[in-house]
Amino acid sequence: MNALHALANGSQGRTVIRPSSGWWAVDLRELWAFRELIYFLTWRDIKVRYKQTAIGVAWAVLQPAAMMLVFTVFFGRLARMPSDGVPYPLFAYVGLLPWQLFSRTISESTNSLITDQRLITRVYFPRIIVPISATLAAVVDFLVASLLLIGLLLFYRVTPGITALWLPLLVLLMLITALGVGFWLSALNVEYRDVAYAVPFLNQFWLFITPVVYPTSVVPEAWRVLYGLNPMVGVVEGFRWALLGAGQGPSPAVAGSAAVALLLFVTGLVWFRRRERTFVDAIGSGGR
Amino acid sequence: MGGIAIRAEGLGKRYRIGQLQRYKALRDTMAEAFAAPFRRLRALGRSSDPNGGVQDATIWALKDVSFEIPAGAVVGIIGRNGAGKSTLLKVLSRITEPTEGCAEIAGRVGSLLEVGTGFHPELTGRENVFLNGAILGMRRGEIERKFDEIVAFAEVEKFVDTPTKFYSSGMYLRLGFAVAAHLEPEILLVDEVLAVGDVEFQRKCLGKMSEVAHQGRTVLFVSHNLAAVQSLCERACLLEAGRLARSGPAGEVIKDYLESLAAWDTVPLDRREDRAGDGSVRIRSIRIESADADRTVRTTSRLRVNVEYKSDGPLRYARFLVGVYDQTSVGIFLLDSEGMAGLPDVLPAEGTVTCVTDPINLTPGRCIVNVAVIKAGRLADHIQYAAHIDVEGEHAYGLARLPERSWMMCVLPQTWSLDGHN
Repeated sequence: MNALHALANGSQGRTVIRPSSGWWAVDLRELWAFRELIYFLTWRDIKVRYKQTAIGVAWAVLQPAAMMLVFTVFFGRLARMPSDGVPYPLFAYVGLLPWQLFSRTISESTNSLITDQRLITRVYFPRIIVPISATLAAVVDFLVASLLLIGLLLFYRVTPGITALWLPLLVLLMLITALGVGFWLSALNVEYRDVAYAVPFLNQFWLFITPVVYPTSVVPEAWRVLYGLNPMVGVVEGFRWALLGAGQGPSPAVAGSAAVALLLFVTGLVWFRRRERTFVDAIGSGGR
Repeated sequence: MGGIAIRAEGLGKRYRIGQLQRYKALRDTMAEAFAAPFRRLRALGRSSDPNGGVQDATIWALKDVSFEIPAGAVVGIIGRNGAGKSTLLKVLSRITEPTEGCAEIAGRVGSLLEVGTGFHPELTGRENVFLNGAILGMRRGEIERKFDEIVAFAEVEKFVDTPTKFYSSGMYLRLGFAVAAHLEPEILLVDEVLAVGDVEFQRKCLGKMSEVAHQGRTVLFVSHNLAAVQSLCERACLLEAGRLARSGPAGEVIKDYLESLAAWDTVPLDRREDRAGDGSVRIRSIRIESADADRTVRTTSRLRVNVEYKSDGPLRYARFLVGVYDQTSVGIFLLDSEGMAGLPDVLPAEGTVTCVTDPINLTPGRCIVNVAVIKAGRLADHIQYAAHIDVEGEHAYGLARLPERSWMMCVLPQTWSLDGHN
C-alpha cells in the first residue's frame, strides 16, 4: 500500500482511487486541467437559455431594466424612498446589477447538480465545475446588463470618480459571495430537495435584507452591525459608492460583509468537497 | 509504458439501502438524528458486532475485488444483473468512490458508460460534438482536428447544424458513439453501450472497438453480449454477487459462467434477486413447454410459455417480453405482447399469461430465456436466464439430418424442384 502511495504522488498520469477521508481542499491543478469543460458548460448554459427566444441575450438587459422601472414607479415615485441624492433609476439599477447576478446564481446553482445528473452519473470530473459554470453563465448576463448601466450613466451625466477603481475588488467580493452560497445550496439540494422549494423564498427574503430598493441609511443605527453581516450589503453598497459616490466607502461594515462572504465561500467549498463523493450515490444512476 | 495498467486491491463498495431511495427529505434526517442516539445506546447494549446496530440496511455491491490488468490487454467483465459489473466500472472511472480498498490506474482513462453523455437536444450536432468531446476529456484543438472524421463516421454530414432534438434516435446514437470512438485514451472503460442501436450500428461499434483493441490500448469491456466478449477479449473476469469469482482466458471464463447459469435456472424465480427494473411487478415463475402431447420441445414444436406474475394492484399497460437466446447470448427471437390481441388492457394483480407460438424451427441444442415486464413504458422486472429450452430432435421436415447448432440456428420447411419439371 505504501508503495502505491509513492507511485501515486510520484509519477504523472497515474490515478489512485481510494476512499477519501479528512478535509479536502480544492485541487486547483485538477480544476485547471478541466478549464475547457468549465468553458463549455458555461457556454452551453448561455446558449440553451436563449435558444428559441426572439430577442435572445437582450433578456439579460430587459429583466433588470423592467425591474428598475417598477422600482422607480413604486419605491422612487409613490413611496418616495430616499436614494442618497442619486436619481432613483440609476440608484436602483446599480443595486440591481449585482443583485441579479447573485439571485440568478443561487437559483441556477441550486438545481445545477440535479439538472446535470446524467453527466454526473456517467463521467468523472470535479463536480465543483457544475455550480461554478452556473455562476459564470450569470456573469455573462451581468456583463451584458452592464451595457445599459453605461447608457444610464451617460444619460444622467454621472461620471464615476477615482473610486471606480475599487470595482474589480467589489466584483470579486460579489463572485465569492455568489459562489459560496451556490456551493452550499447545490450540495444541499442533492440530498435534500427541500432546498429547491426554499430557494425562491430565500431569494425574496434576501432581496428585502439587501439595500437594493432602499439605501442603507434607512436602516436604524442599532441594527447596522447585524445588517452588515449580509455579504450582499457590502457588495451593493460598495457598487453604489464606487460608481456613484453615494453612501459610504469601504468601512468596517464592508469588511464585515467581506469576512462573512469569505467564510461562506470557504465553508461552502469544504462542505461541497465532503459531500461530493456521495453525490452519485444520493442521485442514483438514473435507471441503470 | 508497459507493465500494469489497472491494479485493484480489495475494492469494495457498500450502499446503504436508504441511498437507493431517490433522496431524503430534511424531515427524515431530523427524525434520524433524533433516533440515532437511542440506536447507538441500543447498539452498545449488544455490541458483539463491530459495526454496531447500523449495519442493518447495507449491501455490498462490490467486495474484496482484486486484480491486475496488464497494459494493452482487452478484458471483458461478465456476470448477471446486480453482480457489480457497472459498479466496478463506476469506481474505476471515478464516478463513485469505493468504500474500501484501492485501485491504481496508469494512463489517461476514457470511460464510455453511455453514448452521447451530456448531449443537449437544443444544441446542434456540431455544438454537441464539442460539448460531448469536452465532457469526455478531449481538448478543443483535438476535437477540431477530428471533427470531420467524427461527423463522417456518424454519417450525419447534412445535419451538423440541425439541433439534435430533430435527430432520429439512430443518428443521435451514431453521433454519440462517433465522438467517443475518436477519444484516444490509453485505457478505455466501456459499459454495455452496444446494447442500444440497430444491428448495423452495433456491427460498426464492434468493428471500431476491435480496431481500438488492436492498437495496443487497454480496454475493460462490460457486456451481456457473450459473443462480443468472446470475439473482442482475450481475457475475462466473472463477477458474482460483488466478488470476483473467476478470471482467465475469455473462452474458459465464459464457459464457466454458462455452466453456473445453467445451475441457476433451477432456483425458483421467486427466490431470484438478480433482477433489474423498478419491482412494481414481479415475475414469479415461467414455464416453457412444447404444445405437443409429450411436452418435449423439438425443432417443429410450437411453444407454450406461461408467465406467472404478481403486482401491487391491477396491472395496466403491461407488456410481457420473453427473449430467447443461444448460448453465447445472440438473440434468436422475442415474444412480445405489445400490440397483440388476446390480453385485456387491465390485468388482475396476480395471474398467469400464456403465449403460444408457431413452430420454432430451431436446430437441436440449448437456448437461454430472459423474461421481462414493462409497465407503462418503465422496466418493472427483468430476469436473465430465467429458464432454458433444450431443443431435441434428429429429423424434421423430412430433412435427412439437422445441422449442428454451432453451425446453423434454424431450419425451415422446404420444397425442391427442377425448373420445368413440375
